[in-house]
Amino acid sequence: MTDKLNTTISIDAMKFTRGDRTIYESISLDVKKGNITAIMGPSGIGKTTLLKLIGGQLYPDNGTVEFLGENIHQVSRHRLYELRRKMSMLFQSGALFTNISVFDNVAFPLREHTKLDEDIIRTIVMLKLEAVGLRGAHDLMPSELSGGMARRAALARAIALDPELIMYDEPFAGQDPISMGVLVKLIKSLNKALDLTSIVVTHDVTEVLSIADYVYILANKRIIGEGTPQQIQNSDSALVKQFLQGKADGPVPFHFPATGLEESLMGAK
Amino acid sequence: MINRKIELFVGIFVALAIAATLMLALSVANQGMTGSGETYKLIARFDNIGGLKARSSVKVGGVVVGRVSQIYLHEQDLIPVVELEISSEYKNTFPDTSSLSILTSGLLGEQFIGLIPGFIFPEDLEMIEEDKVCETTSLDNCPYLTNGEEILDTKSALVLEDLIGQFLFNQGNE
Amino acid sequence: MIQMLQKLGRNTISTFSAVGAASIMLFGAIFAAPRLKNIGLTVHQMYVVGVQSLLIIMVSGLFIGMVMALQGYTILVNYGAEGSLGPMVALSILRELGPVVTALLFAGRAGSALTAEIGLMKATEQLSSLEMMAVDPLRRVISPRFWAGVISMPMLAIIFSAVGILGGHLVGVDWLGVDAGSYWSIMQATVDWNEDVINGIIKAIVFALVVVWIALYKGYSCIPTSEGISKATTETVVFSSLAILGLDFILTAVMFGIN
Repeated sequence: MTDKLNTTISIDAMKFTRGDRTIYESISLDVKKGNITAIMGPSGIGKTTLLKLIGGQLYPDNGTVEFLGENIHQVSRHRLYELRRKMSMLFQSGALFTNISVFDNVAFPLREHTKLDEDIIRTIVMLKLEAVGLRGAHDLMPSELSGGMARRAALARAIALDPELIMYDEPFAGQDPISMGVLVKLIKSLNKALDLTSIVVTHDVTEVLSIADYVYILANKRIIGEGTPQQIQNSDSALVKQFLQGKADGPVPFHFPATGLEESLMGAK
Repeated sequence: MINRKIELFVGIFVALAIAATLMLALSVANQGMTGSGETYKLIARFDNIGGLKARSSVKVGGVVVGRVSQIYLHEQDLIPVVELEISSEYKNTFPDTSSLSILTSGLLGEQFIGLIPGFIFPEDLEMIEEDKVCETTSLDNCPYLTNGEEILDTKSALVLEDLIGQFLFNQGNE
Repeated sequence: MIQMLQKLGRNTISTFSAVGAASIMLFGAIFAAPRLKNIGLTVHQMYVVGVQSLLIIMVSGLFIGMVMALQGYTILVNYGAEGSLGPMVALSILRELGPVVTALLFAGRAGSALTAEIGLMKATEQLSSLEMMAVDPLRRVISPRFWAGVISMPMLAIIFSAVGILGGHLVGVDWLGVDAGSYWSIMQATVDWNEDVINGIIKAIVFALVVVWIALYKGYSCIPTSEGISKATTETVVFSSLAILGLDFILTAVMFGIN
């Protein structure tokens, strides 16, 4: 029972298919409260899909997803929206609203969900922007920000309502080393300072292993490895090794499944 | 700042739309806002209604006082019956000796009903003054046309073929 | 043969499910309980879809009215019936051209923009992120645009008609010398408020519903890639235009046909 209390997300035997394609066969994982949990895997494996399943935007075919002990796919729509206020998600693109300024973007969830005075909202927004180092950029439009700054602004928006859970979708993808370093530091320090639970979905091995408390590796429609960063690095699974060391070929094949090369070439006539 | 500008423009937009509606109502369409006022009903039988249609106007000396509400065939007599809606403005105005005729505006124009007011006998006028016959519940003795009353004196539409036929017939006689 | 039947079946099913999904979306947009904050959003969208379409609508209305007067005059003058120019211009604009041309222009100007905007919001995960922020995109994004469109388009149609009739006056009276008195008075005698003006407005409202519905659904359901958005935008204009013309025939038959 104590385990239940300390678990923010609990996924049990979840199966998900999209059209004819099976994305997950049967996945079970737990995210402990206060931890940074990393979910890694090759691209195209459906990591973003997993976050959308947790957020209740997609429905699994089988199995359950529990957030704070409630099955996210069986609660009423109203309750789902209540639960979503306790979680937030940092999208790969940032997903800032392009027609309003950075300040208004961060103020958006506050204005939608609270009845705070404009003065208080201003204070909160400035504090959140200060936390990500963008207080000076508050009146810029999202189009005027660089990719890394946009992601930090989106992060400020994601923490505006002080959520319990924050999900990062590929936070390091396409970032220069400096922005990447900034984001790594931010994820770590925010997790500590705001007493958050974090899920980081990524394929940037070194960065995430430096901050994660627990790691799951997804491949071939299931979880192929889990453990603390230490355990993962010492794992003797061929799959895990291939992924961590970035070998081109291995258990995850270099070639997309196809008929024999000879046959294809002959068939071309 | 931006919001204020947007609100201003939307305000102008709405004002334009209202102005356009008013223009359509007052100077383009006929009845305009006062169109759906109160009316009372009159009935008339014609031998031939020609091209008269529902919604054709009823005019007195060119002034529109009402419209044709419906036209149907009398079940036994098999002649057309026309129902008129006259604006309540003209209540107790037309004597029951008034007559109706179906007229055409211009050579190619549409057909309408012309109402020619009749006269009232002086003794009837006294009755109106003294006995208040037009204010009681039974209006039978009221010398004005009242709701549901039939106008007996009607002149049918002129039908071009009949006119030509008549003309030829008269010529033949000479 | 069996393959063809299967294809037919598949297309039928996907058509029905698309209509179903679109209806659910429409339902959500209409009945998403409007909140005080959203009135501001609707006003903002009225600026985007209404005010920004105003110029093209007014210019088109003016020119169509002027052309109608010119064409009508050359024919009517042969019968010495140029006095009927007023009703001819007014009736054709109020009953047909006003609602139809406005709706076609609206589909091209505002409908396509709505589709592209919502498609891009979807592609850049803005809709998803709204949902994750526990804000219903139907209520926050779709509903204000829906109402703004449904309110604005009939207003644009009325403005179009008024400007068109003024344009007819400009050519017919000021240029070709039709008597101003007869232009207006015969128009007034012929045009009926309920029969012509209100029916035209009803048409405009129906077209507005259809155009906005198609535009929003196409944007909301598009494949979030550049080709997907461009395809959805094109489809919005094509489907809306066909729907407008088809519905116009049906509405005209119901309103004016049987008498």
